Amino acid sequence: MFEFAAHTFANNRANGDKGDSLTLSINARAITVAPGVSVAAAIAMAGSIVTRRSVGGAARAPLCGMGVCQECRVTIDGRPHQLSCQTLCADGMHVQTGALERAA
Amino acid sequence: MSYYDVLVIGAGPAGLAAAHAACAGGVKVGIVDDNPLAGGQIWRGGPDQQTDPRAQSLWNTLRDAPNVTFLPQTRVLYSPEPGQLRVQTAAASDTLRFGHLILATGARELLLPFPGWTLPGVTGAGGLQALAKGGYPLRGKRVVVAGSGPLLLAVAATLKLKGAHIVAIIEQAATPAMARFAAGLLATPSKIAQALRLAAQLKDVPYLRDSYVRAAHGDGTLQSVLVQRGKGRGLETLQCDYLACGYGLIPNVELAQALGCATASGGAGTATVVEADHWQQTSVPGIYCAGEGTGVGGVDLALVEGRIAGLSATGQIVPTHADFGQRARWRKFAAGLARAFALRPELATLAGDDTIVCRCEDVCHGELRTHTTWRCAKLQTRCGMGPCQGRICGGATEVLYGWRPDAVRMPISPARIDTIIA
Repeated sequence: MFEFAAHTFANNRANGDKGDSLTLSINARAITVAPGVSVAAAIAMAGSIVTRRSVGGAARAPLCGMGVCQECRVTIDGRPHQLSCQTLCADGMHVQTGALERAA
Repeated sequence: MSYYDVLVIGAGPAGLAAAHAACAGGVKVGIVDDNPLAGGQIWRGGPDQQTDPRAQSLWNTLRDAPNVTFLPQTRVLYSPEPGQLRVQTAAASDTLRFGHLILATGARELLLPFPGWTLPGVTGAGGLQALAKGGYPLRGKRVVVAGSGPLLLAVAATLKLKGAHIVAIIEQAATPAMARFAAGLLATPSKIAQALRLAAQLKDVPYLRDSYVRAAHGDGTLQSVLVQRGKGRGLETLQCDYLACGYGLIPNVELAQALGCATASGGAGTATVVEADHWQQTSVPGIYCAGEGTGVGGVDLALVEGRIAGLSATGQIVPTHADFGQRARWRKFAAGLARAFALRPELATLAGDDTIVCRCEDVCHGELRTHTTWRCAKLQTRCGMGPCQGRICGGATEVLYGWRPDAVRMPISPARIDTIIA
């Protein structure tokens, strides 16, 4: 059984505070963003808004922006199917989009 | 496994108001939300960042209350038994037990298929607003905002503030219906002030009424949209980098349905809503519903419904006549809004045979239109069986073909196997 992290409100506020910038990698390319930026936004800042490939191989990008449509899912720190629109960037995070194979 | 006297699902205005009302009684309150920050869509970015004083006031009280726990980035999956919910975060899972449950799960956008709507760069209207609030880079980008309802104005104002160039706002409703609605605004002065503020912010932006997007074009990503203008004015092409296109809101009723709460439908063209009584209680004892889930009505209605639900669930203080009066007033306002922005039938005819309707499984209109029911289409085409579980195509197929979704299946969100077998 995993430990389940319930945040107190004080913790939450600390996380939301604007502090230093953070650096993460999008498809092995480093990008620096401000705290509070979503992974979906960081992907767009890195040059292409594409997050995944459809069943038929077409490029797809975020649609609903609120965790419903699943179009923005990417692999974060090796964990697949994470919703980039609902995940905040963290320092040292590794993000891989489905766009990688075609971009290479 | 942890226990909460009152567990609130959703940290938007309704959920925060409910938790606020409940926590005054000293009971143990938990607030679950799948986003990293509280506030829902309207107070996205955190209630402490908002100019609405109600957001800050609710948040300050909740943050300082020792009996309130916030569980962000937590998705509800299913109910293993009555009084329990199985939830997961990106890394962990847990079962939460509760005495009373308040569902404040909000609404999602109605997104309708048209040729090109899967191109990167086409988003929901509220969708692009939400992305922009998360730092999506829009400075200098050309954006067409289209669809229906006053949300389009709020979206355009937000995007403009983020540095986007708003090419046009395209509203499908015709002028007479909107004029009647505007006249009705006299009953709600606070909404007039809001409308005037938005109009001032958007004074240079063309507002095309009686018009809608027929198709999106682009090589790899969006480059232009084809707009149908009403009353014989023909077609017009607008160059843009983004199309933010939403046709209103649909209540998120899946969790309520999964828990056995009765839902209602107001008939053709109206969304399914959770049935709630005078005290915001659903048909299942101990489970309450507040906010958009009971019918789309905006932040003012969500706040008063949340308050009534929180007070009812804890029984510490009874809601007052003033609460019920406010609720009635905002419900009336919402009904007027729905009438003014009713969708025109042409919007159901835009998809071509090769237009994808189910984005998760790449199922096209041509494969779907010969089927007669949602179930039949699901079984034979996989429509609605991908990760979004019909959240997007379900709303679309209801408008296109008049299908009503089947009963909800558990888990209501994609779940990891270790969450289920733990």
